[in-house]
Amino acid sequence: MIEIRNITKSFGEQSVLKGISATFMEGKCNLIIGKSGSGKTVTLKAMVGLVEPDEGDVLYDGRSFTKMNFKERKMIRREIGMLFQGGALFDSLTVEENIRFPLDMFTTMNPEEKLDQVNFCLKRVNMINTNRKYPGELSGGMKKRVGIARAIVLNPKYLFCDEPNSGLDPKTSLVIDALIKEITLEYQMTTVINTHDMNSVMGIGDHVVFLHEGLKYWEGNRDEIMQITDGELFDFIFASDFLKDLRRRAKM
Amino acid sequence: MSFLEEIGGYLIMIRHAFSKPEKAAMYSKETFRQMADIGVGSLPIIAIISTFIGAVTAVQFSYQLKSIGLVPMWWMGSIVRKGLILELAPTITALLLAGKVGSNIATELGSMRISEQIDAYEIMGVNTRSYLVGPKILASIVVVPMLIVLAVALGIIGGWAGGVLGHFFTTAEYVRGLQDDMKNWDVVVMFIKCVCFAFIIASVPCYKGYTVSGGALEIGRASTQAVVYSSIILIIVNFFIAFFLLDSGG
Repeated sequence: MIEIRNITKSFGEQSVLKGISATFMEGKCNLIIGKSGSGKTVTLKAMVGLVEPDEGDVLYDGRSFTKMNFKERKMIRREIGMLFQGGALFDSLTVEENIRFPLDMFTTMNPEEKLDQVNFCLKRVNMINTNRKYPGELSGGMKKRVGIARAIVLNPKYLFCDEPNSGLDPKTSLVIDALIKEITLEYQMTTVINTHDMNSVMGIGDHVVFLHEGLKYWEGNRDEIMQITDGELFDFIFASDFLKDLRRRAKM
Repeated sequence: MSFLEEIGGYLIMIRHAFSKPEKAAMYSKETFRQMADIGVGSLPIIAIISTFIGAVTAVQFSYQLKSIGLVPMWWMGSIVRKGLILELAPTITALLLAGKVGSNIATELGSMRISEQIDAYEIMGVNTRSYLVGPKILASIVVVPMLIVLAVALGIIGGWAGGVLGHFFTTAEYVRGLQDDMKNWDVVVMFIKCVCFAFIIASVPCYKGYTVSGGALEIGRASTQAVVYSSIILIIVNFFIAFFLLDSGG
């Protein structure tokens, strides 16, 4: 379980997070949603320590991340896997080397064990026989899959995904969502996903936090979100006239 | 960012770059990869330019000394040797590398920053300044002096070829000049310059690349700044090394 308590963050004069508190549960896909500029990415980066919050605390199973020193944070980070928006695969390394990197750096496994673990992860994301390919030879969806494989290679307790569907077609997005959901259940991880894709919300949103202008505006699950009838969240979900019309017809 | 903030950021990066590595084997592998990138990648350009620098030094000095007529032509070997060891080989090689290697490093790290690859390393628990910056500086300190020694050797050969082909002096005269008044201190000064230049060539672009924020435009800007700043620093450091060291050991 991950808990954030009253997180605030400003960049110069601009206040981006204005005191956000939320709890993200184990074995569930926890989604942070909101419009562009609502503070989703900064919240996610504050949780993993890529951005230092001005105030507030981040707790990993009760362990205060913000109060940890560099060495303690390094230990926690070995329990964290992260899927970045563009995959963030290392360009100069092959797929196999990308996934093997955390094993090379942090484990004492022998080469055969490492290769077995890499192949297991590649199989898990349906990317077998791509070991020798470079990131430049992969499509957007394939990069995300390899990114997921790299994120889970050390069997993390916490998985963070920053806009996992951005730049993907709707069908591939569904495949990536399903993969994240399966892996979350399989590894019983605490998964936090930052997205503005309503398909993801309805497909895998076990727990949803809606941010608006740096504040937590709403919290619930995918069933509750459809009961919303007005306000900022309603405008976010039914952003287009087409969807509003569809909802009106469904009610009639 | 103010000048003082830049200096402070640079010094902090350098301090972290040489902190204890997580896994020595991974760092040495990265250092060897960087050595190959910097060294092998720069060999052809260094070879061509240093050979012709030696040749043109021999031809131009011979032309001027011959017109004066008071200086024996066997001095040419000594002039080319001293010129290459003390100034031309270290400085011109360093400026070339500042352009080639410096822009490569700044662009590589800048792209990694923008595409979140550096963040990915951080999330894994890797000390990125130590893993990405340290090996580059270390590789540069090992490889750049080798390249400069090679530049001196090829420059001397170029000087011989230029002078002999232009009928300014004979091979025997050139060899006599090369062996005349050889001071070990000159070589020591050259190596001091090599190490200082190597450090600047790698560390300044590392800083500019590592601290990029924004997009592709900023990467280009950082790359240009890296080359400009390191070239200026090289020339200033070159002056101070010559000023303080050349008279002290000779």
